[in-house]
Amino acid sequence: MSPTPHESEGTEPRTLAQKVWDAHVVRTGGQQPDLLYIDLHLLHEVTSPQAFDGLRVAGRKVRRTDLTIATEDHNTPTDNLFTIADPTSRKQIETLRANCEEFGVRIHSLGDENQGVVHVVGPQLGLTQPGMTVVCGDSHTSTHGAFGSIAFGIGTSEVEHVLATQTLPQAKPKFMAVTVNGSLPEGVSAKDLILKVISITGTGGGKGHIVEYRGQAIEELSMEGRMTVCNMSIEWGAKAGMIAPDEKTYDYVKGRAHAPKGEEWDAAVEYWQTLKTDEGAVFDKEIVIDAASLSPFVTWGTNPGQGVELSGTVPAPEDFDDPIARTTAAGALEYMGLEAGTPMREIDVDVVFLGSCTNGRIEDLRTAAEVIKGRKVAEGVNMMVVPGSAKVREQAIAEGLDKVFIDAGADWRFAGCSMCLGMNPDQLTPGQRAASTSNRNFEGRQGKGGRTHLVSPAVAAATAVTGHLASPADL
Amino acid sequence: MDKFTTHTGQVAPLRRSNVDTDQIIPAVYLKRVTKTGFEDGLFAEWREDEKFLLNQPEYQNATILVTGTEFGTGSSREHAVWALKDYGFKAVIAPRFGDIFRGNSLKNGLLTVELPEAAVEELWLRAELHPESEITVDLEACEVRAGDRTWGFEFDEFLRWRMMEGLDDVALTLRDEDKIAAFESNRDAWRPRTLPVQV
Repeated sequence: MSPTPHESEGTEPRTLAQKVWDAHVVRTGGQQPDLLYIDLHLLHEVTSPQAFDGLRVAGRKVRRTDLTIATEDHNTPTDNLFTIADPTSRKQIETLRANCEEFGVRIHSLGDENQGVVHVVGPQLGLTQPGMTVVCGDSHTSTHGAFGSIAFGIGTSEVEHVLATQTLPQAKPKFMAVTVNGSLPEGVSAKDLILKVISITGTGGGKGHIVEYRGQAIEELSMEGRMTVCNMSIEWGAKAGMIAPDEKTYDYVKGRAHAPKGEEWDAAVEYWQTLKTDEGAVFDKEIVIDAASLSPFVTWGTNPGQGVELSGTVPAPEDFDDPIARTTAAGALEYMGLEAGTPMREIDVDVVFLGSCTNGRIEDLRTAAEVIKGRKVAEGVNMMVVPGSAKVREQAIAEGLDKVFIDAGADWRFAGCSMCLGMNPDQLTPGQRAASTSNRNFEGRQGKGGRTHLVSPAVAAATAVTGHLASPADL
Repeated sequence: MDKFTTHTGQVAPLRRSNVDTDQIIPAVYLKRVTKTGFEDGLFAEWREDEKFLLNQPEYQNATILVTGTEFGTGSSREHAVWALKDYGFKAVIAPRFGDIFRGNSLKNGLLTVELPEAAVEELWLRAELHPESEITVDLEACEVRAGDRTWGFEFDEFLRWRMMEGLDDVALTLRDEDKIAAFESNRDAWRPRTLPVQV
């Protein structure tokens, strides 16, 4: 067997990210950035039509249809499977179907068990594996880094580039470590952890870096918890987030439809075991966090960095030393309709959204169901439960979770991105306030004039029961 | 892609930081399947307010947006760049940009230049006092010039060349097609493929 690229490297200590990067370099040196090979390209309806158009105009094909897969998620209805009321949404989905047909790309459409949020579908099929490069025209592609892959979101021009060449020119990033020592306290989740990280770094703190999350608390997270952490890497500006693969990773991949089998499995694991940061490898930057100091964390403002402990209060603009942070905070308080000094637990909500590529997987639904079981959604609160994929939905039904949510008075929906970004009809109305397990609390993100507090699934469920921001411990 | 060498025009001073791509163009405007016609979505929610900058008569001819730090963070939507271009902007100046947005802008001939906070503040004041005054963004010299003031900026040499030549990345990469083919012939056999499998 000829040496594969990863075997030909020297003995200089390297970070996990550096190893995966090196194993994918097609061309390096000279003035141009490194050209990276892309192992998996995920497509959805919103950021691909203009890319396919570009191919058509230039008379190009999709170079590797066998490394490309599409699903429908951003525009899809969640109240039924087949009626897309908005004609422009329908057109976008029909365009994706036609493009996949014309160029020979596999697609999972509405009604198929592998339809769903693109970042839930990749891991579910076993297509996301350690040591890969994964891209998608969606910034939350960083999710797939949980497997020890370099995974990042790209624009539509880059989607076209990957379709045509299966590569991407990429300037070499810097490397950062976020080390979380100790164990997370009972009741503190991956979501609380990552919201805390973003509150420390701000929305631009990770810029230009591939981040490796490591330490005991990260090792103790389930694969789905790790996906939640990596998913939100982009919210602090990081190029990508990744976690070294271990037994949990192999177990999660093993047996899935696209996992290697037999001898190929053994060869893959042998390689995956090399995917860790070497002793002595140097990071450009490191953030160290003590897991024991963490507690449930929520946002109060209009960017994911504006967060605080659930036990805390809404901050005042004067609390910030940086003049820009002060101005931004004042604007956020106004938009959110909040008074400084208000305890976070006293903030009432109208809507609770459980779902998204951040927290729409089976464990998230289980966590929320456990909290809500035998209880009722508070009067005047609308709780919407949107599984991350059709398969997650099926599994939840098999476990009886749908009944738990329905009995509590929640709205049990079909899979999709839904209210995370409000491209389909699932939107907040002006002034409505939501506790949302999604990833962005930007102005208008969940619907024009809507106000979003980002929370964990456990906090979302407890909030649905009490009608104000709360954790299960408050029930 | 349009070539960019130098541009002289009026400034729209957007005194905001952390302008994410959901603000630049809300998701409901992303449903088109074409690459043009996104100008109506640009800052759509803010433009409903008649006091918003772009609704002021003195900024109707502005072609250079000067804005606060962390411009273009968040969603990867290239529609944010198309909306700025379709509206008529040729360049955006900010202390710092979101990475994906910045990459997208340079692939569409929209020049994004990073200048320090102090320079941005000075450009804001200038445009507020004299909306009709013009500034020059010169990619060849890597300079922004306003009256007797000049600020240099850093720009990756390769990206600068590509932008000035208006080159298409795909064509550039395909010059190395042999290297791609060589890499492919050497990939591990166990690497996953998306072809349907029997389960």
